[in-house]
Amino acid sequence: MTEEIHRIRLRVNGVEHEVAVPARRLLSDALRHDLGLTGTHVGCEHGVCGACTILVDGAPMRSCLTFAVSAAGSELTTVEGLARPDGSLGPVQQAFRECHGLQCGFCTPGFLTTITAGLAENPDPTEDEARDMVAGNLCRCTGYQNIVKAVCRAAEIAREDRDSA
Amino acid sequence: MSAKLVGAKVQRVEDDRFVRGNGRYVDDVAPDALHAAVLRSPHAHARILSIDVDAVLDLDGVHAVWTHEDLEGAMAEPLPLLIPHPTLTHGRTQYALAKDEVNHVGEAIAFVVATDRYVAEDALARIVVDYELLPAVVGIEAARAADLLVHEDVPGNVAATTEQSNGDAPAAIAAAPHRLALDLQIERSACMPMEGRGVVARWDPDQGRLQVWSSTQTSTGVRAAVAAKLGLDLGQVDVITPDVGGGFGVKIVHPWPEELLVPLAAQRLGRAVKFTEDRREHFISSAHERAQVHHVEVGFDDDGRVLGLDVRFWHDHGAYTPYGLIVPIITSTQLLGPYKPGAYRVRFDSLYTNTVIVTPYRGAGRPQGCFVMERTMDAIAAELGMDRAEVRAANFIQPDEFPYDHGLIFQDGRELEYDSGDYPAMLEKIKELVDWDGFPAFREQQAALGKRVGLGLACYVEGTGVGPYEGAHVHIETSGKVKVATGLTTQGQGHQTAFAQIVADELGVRFEDVEITTGDTRRMPYAVGTFASRAAVMSGSAIHLAAKRTKEKALRIAADALEADVEDLEIVDGVVSVKGTESSIPLGTIAVLSNPLRYAFDEASKAATQFNVGDPDKPPVAEDDEPGLEGKDFYSPPRSTFASGMHAVIVETDVDTAEIRILKYAVVHDCGHLINPMIVEGQIHGGVAQGVGGALYERMAYDESGQLLNASFMDFLMPYVTEVPTSIEIDHLETPSPLNPLGIKGAGEAGVIPGSAAFAAAIEDAERAVSPTFGITAMPISPSELFALRAAHVPHAQEPK
Repeated sequence: MTEEIHRIRLRVNGVEHEVAVPARRLLSDALRHDLGLTGTHVGCEHGVCGACTILVDGAPMRSCLTFAVSAAGSELTTVEGLARPDGSLGPVQQAFRECHGLQCGFCTPGFLTTITAGLAENPDPTEDEARDMVAGNLCRCTGYQNIVKAVCRAAEIAREDRDSA
Repeated sequence: MSAKLVGAKVQRVEDDRFVRGNGRYVDDVAPDALHAAVLRSPHAHARILSIDVDAVLDLDGVHAVWTHEDLEGAMAEPLPLLIPHPTLTHGRTQYALAKDEVNHVGEAIAFVVATDRYVAEDALARIVVDYELLPAVVGIEAARAADLLVHEDVPGNVAATTEQSNGDAPAAIAAAPHRLALDLQIERSACMPMEGRGVVARWDPDQGRLQVWSSTQTSTGVRAAVAAKLGLDLGQVDVITPDVGGGFGVKIVHPWPEELLVPLAAQRLGRAVKFTEDRREHFISSAHERAQVHHVEVGFDDDGRVLGLDVRFWHDHGAYTPYGLIVPIITSTQLLGPYKPGAYRVRFDSLYTNTVIVTPYRGAGRPQGCFVMERTMDAIAAELGMDRAEVRAANFIQPDEFPYDHGLIFQDGRELEYDSGDYPAMLEKIKELVDWDGFPAFREQQAALGKRVGLGLACYVEGTGVGPYEGAHVHIETSGKVKVATGLTTQGQGHQTAFAQIVADELGVRFEDVEITTGDTRRMPYAVGTFASRAAVMSGSAIHLAAKRTKEKALRIAADALEADVEDLEIVDGVVSVKGTESSIPLGTIAVLSNPLRYAFDEASKAATQFNVGDPDKPPVAEDDEPGLEGKDFYSPPRSTFASGMHAVIVETDVDTAEIRILKYAVVHDCGHLINPMIVEGQIHGGVAQGVGGALYERMAYDESGQLLNASFMDFLMPYVTEVPTSIEIDHLETPSPLNPLGIKGAGEAGVIPGSAAFAAAIEDAERAVSPTFGITAMPISPSELFALRAAHVPHAQEPK
């Protein structure tokens, strides 16, 4: 039994990649193991924990529930693509660091991508809205206290960025 | 001098790589590796009649398929019984691959290595196993009844019966003015780190060496186990623990079957091999904790003082006992918390069931003990009509009674002797933080709005920093950079930051110049592991001592070079100078001088060649010295240091739906001196969230045939942000430990310990306001269960609106 292999182009963090994958290969596996972008983590493989969340055309999606072949032609953003063009930390990354919004770091990439999309939609969230923004992601270390703070801080950093631009 | 870093909220150095996606977890290494998958038992109890792997052999991409028959020597023997306690008379462990019988759903039966995980799982689906089904023993009641046995040769399903006492508890209870009996229970939960287990191995045939990466809480433990099982010398095995995506206890167990099978496969196949556990596997083939049933008898006086306490409990340890009796021993000793009963007796049976093994989960038996003790305190208060805080205060060990010896033996085989603490001061702090005295008015005000609220309090003491030891090696390079290694592992505690704070303070170097390595046996081969809230206490102390040793050597060499007395020297920002003068020398240069050279390789090293340093009449390296600016030391305390804390929670129980809402959560915590308050508070936050999970949501739903019905994150309800308190009020008390140089106590597990106890008390308090006989004896509690309990206590439960 040999599987049919599909040659597809994946555009990740602005870079075009060509990969050859069987139809069943998960996007999370293609990113991690075929492209070496191991920042995207897999915590449950059934779409509940959110660790594998990436942005597909700007919208957060669970890469563990997406086939790689179905992502061809989309603009994908992973945690590796969240830094600023000059290489310094992006607003959400910087906020997580400042607020101690992470401990083991395993769920963190999924939070960062989710919040990046959330702030694009709602740049000025209240604390309740910040909580709502991360309500679909699991973290076992932080008790979420500092993650909620980091969402508000990220919004503040992004505002400062806009003001100084 | 620069400001002290120990005690400061220093931002974590590890975060930069984590937020960029540059962490290196075990599944991230060795991209060229073959992938392993494991066939697991679908039955809780069965005899294996035959295994047919023929259909796998012609599958493209399969490199190996093994069953027990393919294992030889020590690999074919049962896995080690890690902690052989003398009373564990009937300890049993599993095989790396099942031999003849399986004892829980998820037990490893066959092992496949293939080009990738997809192909490996295709192969598993082709393996045919013929089973003879046996009836399963599920739950403590069935195990105790012993109508059916898990292991034929273990009568009564009892692995161990253990008893400890101090004084004559039954006599004290019989003679007491008041007596109560309580039956209490706690269900199963589990650590559930976001990253499951994982292991990668690579065999180097040229050097005859094995390199293993494991997502473990003990790299030295894995190393010793792998060497022993594979018949290798210890010196042939390196174990590296990379970034670990959470542990919470489960990853202290070792060796897991895969931790042996993957290295063996790497050796046999000559290829790197990787195993990455998936979530369902984590539920059914790692470890759980918590399940216990307790019967308590207590006798007390008119002031609520406990004169005698007699506890009998039953502990469900699952199908095997690789981690011995640690969990129930901790329950049986730490149950006492901050109290000093007149007499105490505790007896427990540790029982086999056909379910996943039970090994420590954050708190490690303490949440159960705390629940039992605090339920007892609340029951005494109710019986006497006393304030619940007053009853606790009447039983506290007093600040002038330390060290306080309970007359019992703790989990490490040492006396249960508390080193320091101040429980009355802590009680005052928690009462203030939660506004204990203002609560009756708040309750009245809420009742007027038709709302039902309750307040709960729970106190605990946690033995932290158990031995036997940890070590550290400090090396100042000629660049002035300080490289530090300690052997225990890290799974999110920020050791690279906290330990660097200790080194920077002791050595007088810049924080940025210190680099900490943990869990790499090549750098520090002597270590125990990260568990029992011991890393800061044990490795923190060892690092402090090793840095001190290094500093002494640096000052000795500097004194020589600067022609000054050691007492007149100071080190600031990595430069040694004679106080009040311009005379100085950087640590990097001292590192050069510390290593007499024959060959110069750059400008700096010219200074250390034999023509330039030393007295020509003496050996270049003195007899009692060694080259290099390094220091190594070990910390091995006589016994554990005892941290403590008190939590108070205010809940609202919905009058109609029985939903439980957290209105306020307050924590007072004493872990001695804080190294990094930001990290300690983060640990508390995480612990409290796990406490909420354990109290209100998490349970392992086994059916009577031993199938785990909720083995996914969809069905096992771990708290999201929506389930945790919106804020956690924290206050610290610092009673330093006299047992270590930094006066620190462990903080890792504290947050979770009093969760179930505090919530049970708060919910009961809310309900008692309308239903005086209402009582909570089992946790966790769901809204449905609360609804049913209401109905049971008040036959006509619906209040008039």
